[in-house]
Amino acid sequence: MKILNILLSAFRALLRNKMRSFLTMLGIIIGVGAVITMLAIGQGAEFSVKQQIAALGTNVLMVFPGAQQQAGVRTAAGSAVTLTEDDALAIIRECPAVRYLSPGSNAGGQVIAGNLNWSTGIQGVGSDYLEIRQWPVEYGEFFTDQDVKAAAKVCVLGRTVADNLFPETSAVDQTVRIRNVPFKVVGVLTKKGQNTNGQDQDDLIIAPYTTVIRRLTHWPNLRSIIMSATSMNDMTTAQKQVSEVLRMRHKIQPYDADDFTVRNQTDLAATATATTDVLTILLASIASVSLLVGGIGIMNIMLVSVTERTREIGIRMSIGARSRDILTQFLIEALVLSLLGGITGIILGTVGSSVISSIAKWPTIITPFSVVLSFGFSIAIGIFFGFYPARKAAMLNPIDALRYE
Amino acid sequence: MIHEITTTPAQKDGVLIQIEHLTKVYQLGEVDVHALRGVSVNVLRGEFVAIMGASGSGKSTFMNILGCLDKPSKGNYFLEGIDVSKLTRDELAAIRNLKIGFVFQGFNLLSRTSALENVELPLFYCSISNKLRKSKGMAALDRVGLGDRVHHYPNQLSGGQQQRVAIARALVNDPSIILADEPTGNLDSRTSVEVMGIFQELNNNGITVILVTHEPDVAQFAKRHIVFRDGKIKSDKFNLSPKVASEVLKELPMIDEEEAA
Ligand SMILES: Nc1ncnc2c1ncn2[C@@H]1O[C@H](COP(=O)(O)OP(=O)(O)OP(=O)(O)O)[C@@H](O)[C@H]1O
Ligand SMILES: [Mg+2]
Repeated sequence: MKILNILLSAFRALLRNKMRSFLTMLGIIIGVGAVITMLAIGQGAEFSVKQQIAALGTNVLMVFPGAQQQAGVRTAAGSAVTLTEDDALAIIRECPAVRYLSPGSNAGGQVIAGNLNWSTGIQGVGSDYLEIRQWPVEYGEFFTDQDVKAAAKVCVLGRTVADNLFPETSAVDQTVRIRNVPFKVVGVLTKKGQNTNGQDQDDLIIAPYTTVIRRLTHWPNLRSIIMSATSMNDMTTAQKQVSEVLRMRHKIQPYDADDFTVRNQTDLAATATATTDVLTILLASIASVSLLVGGIGIMNIMLVSVTERTREIGIRMSIGARSRDILTQFLIEALVLSLLGGITGIILGTVGSSVISSIAKWPTIITPFSVVLSFGFSIAIGIFFGFYPARKAAMLNPIDALRYE
Repeated sequence: MIHEITTTPAQKDGVLIQIEHLTKVYQLGEVDVHALRGVSVNVLRGEFVAIMGASGSGKSTFMNILGCLDKPSKGNYFLEGIDVSKLTRDELAAIRNLKIGFVFQGFNLLSRTSALENVELPLFYCSISNKLRKSKGMAALDRVGLGDRVHHYPNQLSGGQQQRVAIARALVNDPSIILADEPTGNLDSRTSVEVMGIFQELNNNGITVILVTHEPDVAQFAKRHIVFRDGKIKSDKFNLSPKVASEVLKELPMIDEEEAA
């Protein structure tokens, strides 16, 4: 029997039982749709993580107190280990590959302006911080090195804070009280939006680290040092120089481990993508289960169909159909079901992804890979779950099939 | 009604079917049912055989073996000199496809499939162009007088019409034998004669016809009568003066005329 004729008769057989064919396909449609959507969500997450890390600046280095631990980005600082202002000054003085540097200290707390208040994080940084982060000021200006040296009570607001504390007026030149300490607002930052963890990056206040240490935390050591290398190619050099300076200053013996951690954006990116990879795999495997259930649905229906059409099989055999004709007939029917289901599922998944994108504001990406994968998967399911019933039909004895009631 | 030449088997060329000591035993749990108990018979090319016998005497069992739908428990079956028991599943399928046309008592048409598609079905299983398949299917339907019912589904056809579709399907691939198991069992007497007319015409064109029937009237159209009893052949006689269906038909009153009278 010619393949085109088999296809035609498979379509006809499926059309004879429209409702049943549709319900069978529904299993595959939902399965493939779920796989496509889940992969799109996972890959969208991965994409946006990479993009945001790239936006952070690829030549950024960070130093944290405490020894490096496996995959964790920042581990709890050991109590004995410290990173001081002098460490930071030494780095900028002695490391030619480091271009900008900003010591970091942070606090959290209630911020009050007039009769409005807002609870947020306060980051103490140096005057070069925005250079490193590539983060321009929208209104007003950033504080100067003089402000840092003098521990001036000035600050710059993130957009979210500015919008909440000064909904109607300009925030610049206003005063906010952070834990009852008055700070003069000198600028408002441009909007950055959410990061990959869904945190609002604009919900912060930036002040000179000296001020934060003296007025807010009352703890002299630094939480971190952020710096940028002179260029992307100098990242390794910069990292090495920073390590050397810090090891010398911390008097670490050659055979002892660092008591600080230097991280660059590539590490962060690797960690973050690893996380989103896990997310993608997890989502896809959950979705695969529904695809598998869809496949079992196909097998079930094909088995019913073989039993129901035993007489038809007998008739076909009595007029000359060979086992392999019957086998291909049922196999093609299963394949047509799973392929149609697969294609519809891909369409549904694509639509579903964009709906999720627009409702949940979560980026989704449909790659050719996920389309090919789910397409291949539905073909495989059709063959795998169609084969058993088809073989069962093909192995029948003509007379037994004809006599079947 | 005396009619055209009746040839005796010896005059024809060669043995088409050679059956030796055929037995068929069905196992029903503990019980053995002996459906055939040693049947030996030869059928020559061009014969028109009617098989008769009481219910349960093994006629259908015999026909199914002849049609390569079933296998005997013991004994030999040579079809055109080929030992059928030595053939593979696929070779048997090819014989059913090309050499044998089977007409069942219950029609066995595919439901929700048009008359033409039913008739074309055997041609799907042999290499033939779609165009030729269509024209052969149409020709076969024309031959049984159903050229105007091509696109009807079986459930839109009368019993006699369905049986004619089944006959068209049996003859579409130009088989050398037509096997019919009670082809007129569900038909009224006039339609039965019409169907027998088709068989006679096919037989006149050289096709060997073997049919099972309970009705002596129907058997009168055949040239040879084989009677089964308890799985054996009880008698095997030539009917030297078979009736001619086309002539019988002329004398049969139309049903509605009868009612009008
Ligand atoms: N599949 C089967 N399993 C068991 N016994 C069977 C089977 N088919 C037929 N038989 C038995 O074999 C015997 C012959 O059956 P067969 O169908 O050949 O009779 P038949 O001559 O065609 O009868 P009828 O005129 O009623 O159609 C019967 O006794 C029947 O019960
Ligand atoms: Mg019978």
